[in-house]
Amino acid sequence: MSRLETTFDALKKQGKTAFIPYIMAGDPDYDTTLSLMLEIVNHAHVDVIELGMAFTDPMADGPAIQEAATRALTNGARLSKTLELVKKFREKEKNTPIVLMGYFNPIHKFGLDAFLKAAQDAGIDGILVADLPVEEDHGFAANAKKHNIDVIQLVAPTTPEERLNKVLKNAGGFVYYVSVTGVTGTTSALKQDVQKNIEKIQKYTTLPIGIGFGISSPDQSYEMAQIGDAVIVGSAIVKKIKENLDEGSIAKPDLVKNVSKFVKTLSDAAHK
Amino acid sequence: MLKNTLPDAEGHFGKHGGKYVAETLMPALKELEQAYTDAKNDPLFWEELYHHHKEYTGRPSPLYFAERLTKHLGGAKIYFKRDELNHTGAHKINHCLGQMILAKRMGKTKIVAETGAGQHGVATATVCAKFDLPCIVYQGAVDVERQKPNAFRMNLLGAELRPVHSGSKTLKDAVNEAIRHWVANVDDTYYLLGSALGPHPYPEMVRDFQRIIGEEIKEQIMEREGRLPDTMVACIGGGSNAIGMFHAFLDDENVKLIGVEAEGYGLETGQHAAAIAGGDEGVFHGFFSYFLQDDDGQIIEPHSISAGLDYPGIGPEHAYLHDIKRVEYVSAKDDETLEAFQLLCKLEGIIPALEPSHALAHVMKIAPKLPKDHILVMNLCGRGDKDIFTVADKLGVKI
Repeated sequence: MSRLETTFDALKKQGKTAFIPYIMAGDPDYDTTLSLMLEIVNHAHVDVIELGMAFTDPMADGPAIQEAATRALTNGARLSKTLELVKKFREKEKNTPIVLMGYFNPIHKFGLDAFLKAAQDAGIDGILVADLPVEEDHGFAANAKKHNIDVIQLVAPTTPEERLNKVLKNAGGFVYYVSVTGVTGTTSALKQDVQKNIEKIQKYTTLPIGIGFGISSPDQSYEMAQIGDAVIVGSAIVKKIKENLDEGSIAKPDLVKNVSKFVKTLSDAAHK
Repeated sequence: MLKNTLPDAEGHFGKHGGKYVAETLMPALKELEQAYTDAKNDPLFWEELYHHHKEYTGRPSPLYFAERLTKHLGGAKIYFKRDELNHTGAHKINHCLGQMILAKRMGKTKIVAETGAGQHGVATATVCAKFDLPCIVYQGAVDVERQKPNAFRMNLLGAELRPVHSGSKTLKDAVNEAIRHWVANVDDTYYLLGSALGPHPYPEMVRDFQRIIGEEIKEQIMEREGRLPDTMVACIGGGSNAIGMFHAFLDDENVKLIGVEAEGYGLETGQHAAAIAGGDEGVFHGFFSYFLQDDDGQIIEPHSISAGLDYPGIGPEHAYLHDIKRVEYVSAKDDETLEAFQLLCKLEGIIPALEPSHALAHVMKIAPKLPKDHILVMNLCGRGDKDIFTVADKLGVKI
């Protein structure tokens, strides 16, 4: 069983919803990201970590995540270093699944096979490529599967029902339901709309369904946890990281502690 | 009616093109694709479009024999396709009208667009005024500054101009923001894209709307010379004017087609906008093509004296035509362009935009070596009123 399956199975048995924070790898530097990852696993009870791969032009993301990517890139982030970061994390933490989220071009540049091999070596469990819809997959998901990496698919409120079969055919890990039509971290969704769409998706998959894109507070985290199998929060956490940077985008001494404390409020709300 | 060639059903030109977008946009693109397929096969759609081309834009644009330039260069017989005489001063109006009529047909009530130099923004604002739809134009803050007259024009035409302060604050960031806006408002908003690029069906659609340039040339040159040209030259940023000029001639193998990219300060300096000469294969803004990028796959900010060519990639059909070697892609530097710009002002009494001045710079290189019966047609796709400040600045003149 994969780490993602094990994690979701265990939570299901406890009747709990998974909490998945998103952080940008290398924002503001890789040492901080590593410390933060370990801190939130050990003290904020996160179940899976979604790790952003920085890209200059993150079209599906809002301003908070684009700024985080810019900070990371300015401080030397690159895909190979993000993979190294996960390797270092794995030396200390074996069980928490890591899902990479990003855009296709850096992966294409790295080389698809080389990337999947390196990702497997680093201990990565899943990958979500925002701008690689099933139509342009060209065997990527199947190849990833061979490396024991799940390709996570996005489903949007605008996705018509007749398309779900196609989208979910090669999906693995969990389904990422985008709860708002927009970019990350801009608006929030109505509970009943989300509920209706989740029920629609459940007809086409047995995978757990995570809800993300419009969740920024513990209250929303709690609310969405009642409907989904996982709650994903990105922009709000990334903004908290920004608040803990000094003017030169250097981490202030308490960044890890402060951000972890915030993550814990979201995580506790999801686990209630 | 249009000839049935590429792209394939999924929008691919060979390996280029496609629809590399987030799931949130896929249904919107499918809707657009369906609407365009219906429109394309409806003679009434084209009838309406051609009516506006004639009455509003002033098409057909003349094919002009540049007698003094020809004499000056001493070789090939040079013609200009004068799309700079179109209403709004460039070829952009061709695909703006086409997309506007399509948007109306789809029942969309708002328009969003991006612009680099402002030519596409002005053309979009123009058709929005004419067809009475509210219009938001995203433009990089840097471009707003260096293209002030166009920013003001858009305001006069009633568009809401939104300067973009993210990333490098230029065209690519304007595209990002326009797409983000579209994703959040797909129900009632039409994204009026400004070049033959982006996810399918945009490259095909914009090309089809620009194809009229080449179709007119074919008719006009047959009338003037009784035969097809030997060489055709067009500048390339995203590639809308060039694909519009070339497409009707792709099957005429004896017609040599040349696309001129913007080489900025020179390829070796890294400060250029030549995606084919100095870029690599990749995926950006929803399509597979050639892009300026570093060894980590991060997109590099291009440089060109002309804001309209300042894009880090090239339309997917051009990438394909490069791969199959049907079109030759070359480049011209800023200083060569500036020289060509000035020469045309003096010799022909035409102030060209800096974009086609790149094409002219290449014409100046090849024409002298060609025989006098060699027919060369260059697409003069924009006029230079908007560029006089940039040019004055480069020449050290205060105006």
